[in-house]
Amino acid sequence: MLSKFENDVVIVLAGEAGQGIQSIEGILSLLLKRSGYNYFSTSEFMSRVRGGVNSTEIRISSQEVNGFRNRIDILIPLSDKSVDHLKSRLTDQTLVIGEKDKTTYKKSIEVPFSDIAKEIGNKIFSNTVAAGFICGLLNVELQLCKDFIAEYFASKKQDIIDKNIIAISKGHKIGKDLEQIKITIDKSKKIQKHLLLTGAEAVSLGALAGGCNFVCAYPMSPATSVLENMASYSKDNDIIVEQVEDEIGVINMTLGAWYAGARAMATTSGGGFALMSEGISLCAMIESPLVMHIAQRPGPATGLPTRTEQGDLNLVLYAGHGDFPRIILAPGTLEEAFYQSRNAFNMSAKYQMPVFILTDQFFVDSKYNIENFDLDNFEIEESIVKTNPDYQRFAFTKDGLSPRGIPNHGKGLVCVDSDEHDESGHITEDFDIRVKMVDKRKHKLKLVEKDITPPKLIGKENYKTLVICWGSTFNTLKEALEELENEDISLLHFSWIYPLHKDTFDYLNKADKTIIVENNSSGQMAQLIRSTTGFAIDEEILKYNGLPFSVEELKQKITNLINKEKK
Amino acid sequence: MNNKFDIKNNSDIAWCPGCGNFLIRKEIMSVLEELKLSPQELVLVSGIGQAAKMPQYVNSNFFNGLHGRGLPPATAIKAANPQLTVLAFGGDGDMYGEGGNHLLHTSRRNPDITLFVHDNMIYGLTKGQASPTTNFGFETPVQNFGVFERPLNPIALAISLEITFVARVFCGHPEQTQEIMKKAINHKGFALVDIFQPCVSFNKINTHKWFEENTYYLKEDYDPTDRDKAFKKAYETMPFPLGVIYKNDGRKTFEENLHIYQKNDTPLVKRSTNLSNIKNEINKKI
Ligand SMILES: Cc1ncc(C[n+]2csc(CCOP(=O)(O)OP(=O)(O)O)c2C)c(N)n1
Ligand code: SF4
Repeated sequence: MLSKFENDVVIVLAGEAGQGIQSIEGILSLLLKRSGYNYFSTSEFMSRVRGGVNSTEIRISSQEVNGFRNRIDILIPLSDKSVDHLKSRLTDQTLVIGEKDKTTYKKSIEVPFSDIAKEIGNKIFSNTVAAGFICGLLNVELQLCKDFIAEYFASKKQDIIDKNIIAISKGHKIGKDLEQIKITIDKSKKIQKHLLLTGAEAVSLGALAGGCNFVCAYPMSPATSVLENMASYSKDNDIIVEQVEDEIGVINMTLGAWYAGARAMATTSGGGFALMSEGISLCAMIESPLVMHIAQRPGPATGLPTRTEQGDLNLVLYAGHGDFPRIILAPGTLEEAFYQSRNAFNMSAKYQMPVFILTDQFFVDSKYNIENFDLDNFEIEESIVKTNPDYQRFAFTKDGLSPRGIPNHGKGLVCVDSDEHDESGHITEDFDIRVKMVDKRKHKLKLVEKDITPPKLIGKENYKTLVICWGSTFNTLKEALEELENEDISLLHFSWIYPLHKDTFDYLNKADKTIIVENNSSGQMAQLIRSTTGFAIDEEILKYNGLPFSVEELKQKITNLINKEKK
Repeated sequence: MNNKFDIKNNSDIAWCPGCGNFLIRKEIMSVLEELKLSPQELVLVSGIGQAAKMPQYVNSNFFNGLHGRGLPPATAIKAANPQLTVLAFGGDGDMYGEGGNHLLHTSRRNPDITLFVHDNMIYGLTKGQASPTTNFGFETPVQNFGVFERPLNPIALAISLEITFVARVFCGHPEQTQEIMKKAINHKGFALVDIFQPCVSFNKINTHKWFEENTYYLKEDYDPTDRDKAFKKAYETMPFPLGVIYKNDGRKTFEENLHIYQKNDTPLVKRSTNLSNIKNEINKKI
C-alpha cells in the first residue's frame, strides 16, 4: 500500500544515547535546509550518556511551521526499545522503517542499515546510510548529498570520507527507489540562504552581536550549549570564556568583569541560578549591568535534568534579597532570542540592572530555518564615561542614572560596595541617603518602561477568546490556533515578561474569555499578570510532565475549553 | 603622614581602637606609595568582614563585594584589564571559610593578584564566633564547650595548592611586613600573605604579646623554592615561622594563559567588537 505525505512530514529518529541520532540529525539538518526544505527538529533525551531511549523529531514542510508535532509519520528506530518508547505517538498511518528486529510494528519496512554499513566496511557507517535513506525519500539531489558529506567529514581521513560517500549514496538509492512512500513537499531557493539555528545558537549569536566579550558558567543542562557556543566563537572573537568552580563564583566573576569594563554573560539553569541569588542582589546594589541566560528544566532540586518546563519564572522574578528592579525576557522564536540577547547588553549597560533571558530545554534544543539577521541600525553602546577627579559612581542625577565609570579610564576612582553607600560608593548608615539610594534604584524601572516590547497579537483585533502564552510555547500554539481556523480566537504572546507592558490589561479585558498556556504546574505567568494588573485569567492549560506541548494536544485542549463554554 | 592612598576622612574608620587592622592599613599604604602605584590603576577587592572593609579606607578604586566572594571578581577584573594592579583583602572567615572554594580554584588559575588575609583567628564583625583558624579549645558564645574542630593550616593548604607565593607576617612588625607585602605585590602570579592580626575585642588569647612570643623569622638562607622544606615549615607551630615560606616563579598566570592575550596584550576592555567577525560567525549557519 502507498503511504502519501503532502506538505508536511514528521520523521522521528529514536535510539540509545550514544547510537548516533545526533549525528544523523546533524547531517540531515543542513543538507535538507540547503536543498531548500523548511526544516524543524527537536530532541528529547534521558539523563544518561549511554543506553535508554532518546528521540529526535524532524519536520519537513512546505510552510515554515515550527511547532512540536505529536504525530509520527515515519519512525526510524535504531534500538529495539524505540518503538515501545514512542508507542503513544504512533498511529495507523505511521510507517516504521529500519532493521527487522527493531521495527516490530504493524506497518513496517525493512531496511538493513547496519548490514549495508558492514558491507562498506564498518557498522559505524550505518548512520550515514540512514541519513542518505531519508535524503532519498525526500528526493534530495545525490550530488548535493555527496558534496555535503565530503565537507562534513573534511577533517577525517580520505578513506573515511570515501566510505561515507558510498554510505550516503547507498542509503539514498534505497530511499529513492522505495515505492511504498510518496512525499511531496515544496522546496524554495529562498530557504537555501536561510540560517539554520538552535535556540541556544540564537541566544549565543545574539550575545556575540551585542558585544558580549566575557562568559562564565558552571556546566548545567540545558544551559551548557550556550557556554559551548560562546567558547567556539572565542576562537575568532575577543571573548574570555571561563568555567568557574561553582555558580556563586560565576555570578561574582561576571560582576567583576562588568566592573572592569567587560560585557559579561552567564548561562545556567534553575538550580545554578538559585545559588547565584545573593550575587543578583549584589548586582542590584552596585548597580552593575548583568546579562544572564537561564534555560529552565523541571524542578524542584535536580528534577528532570534533560527535560523541559517553564517553572522558574517565579525564581527569576524574586531571586535576591532586598527590593530592586530587573528585566526578564523570554523569547518564543529564534528571531526574538537573537535580538533580545543582543539588545540585552545595551539595555543592561544603560539601566545598570540585571537582564534575564529565560528559555527552556525545548527552546534551546529546537532547531529551524529563519531569514538571516538584520545587523544594520544597531550599535554597541558601552554606556561608560571617562571619569573626572571628583567622579562619584552613585551620583544622584536628574535623569536618575549615575554615569558608569570603569577603573583607570579617566582621573576618577570607581568605588562600589555591597553595603548601602553614599554617592561615592562608601559605606553609609545615613537614613536619608539610604532612602534616596533605594528610590534611585527603584526609579530605573520607570525608565525602562519606554523600551518594553509590547506583547505580540496574532489574529484579529476583535477577538472573543484570547489565548495567552510566553516564551517557548509560542510556535506550537500559533500553529495550533491556525489549524483551528476559528476567527474568534487570537493569540497574545509575551516575550518581554517583566516589567509587564502597560497595555496588558486592555488586551485581556477586551476578551470574553481568556486562556493561558504554560509549561508549568501553577500558572506562574498568570500569577504575575494578576498581581500586576489585577486581571484574573479564566482558564489555564498547564503541562508539567517534562515534555513540551504538541500542536495536537493544544488544539484538543483549546477546543474542549471553547465547547465547555457553549454547553 | 602624607600618603596619596590616605582617605580624606580617616577619623571615621569603623575598627576598634588598638585593632591590628590599623597597622595593616598603614603598612599597605606605604607599600603602595613606595611601589609608585597610582590610585587609578589600583583596584582593591574584598568580601565582608572587618578586614574586608580595608578598601573603604584606602584612596583607590575598589570592589567591596559579598562575604567570601572577593576572589572571583578580583580574578575577572585582572583578566578583563591586566594593566590594573589588583589586591584582594579579607578575614580568615571570609577567605578560608565562606570563600574557601574560591581560594582552591583561584590557586589553579594563578591570576596575577595578591591576597592579604587578616588572620585574627576569630570572626570579628559578627562579634566573636570561631573562625576556621581559631585555636583548639577556644571558648566563644557559640563554641561554648570550646572549639573541637581542628584549625585550618592556611600555609600548608596554600603550598599543597601550589599557590605561587605563600608568606606569613605579623602586622606588629611594620618593617618586615612591608618588605614581604612588596614582594607579594611584585610577584607575578597568585600570592597569599597570611597576616597575623590581633583582634583586641574578641580574641583575648592570640594577643599582640602572644604573636610576639610565638613567632620567629625564617633565616636569610632559607630557600622558599624548596617545596618539601616549605611543607615542614608550614607545620611548625609555637613558634610559627614568619617570612616567605614558599615561592614558585615558573608558572604562567591566568591572564597569560587566556587565548585572547596570546598574540595581543591590549586589555580586553580596550578592544572593540569586530562586526565582520560576528557576521562570519552568523553566516556559518547558512
Ligand atoms: C552570606 C553571609 N553570611 C554571613 C555574613 C555575616 N558575616 C559578616 S563578616 C563574617 C565573618 C567575619 O569574620 P572574618 O572574615 O574572619 O573577618 P573579621 O571581621 O574577623 O576581619 C560573617 C559571618 C554575611 N555578611 N554574609
Ligand atoms: S572586632 Fe577585632 S578585628 Fe574587628 S575591628 Fe575590632 S579589634 Fe579589629
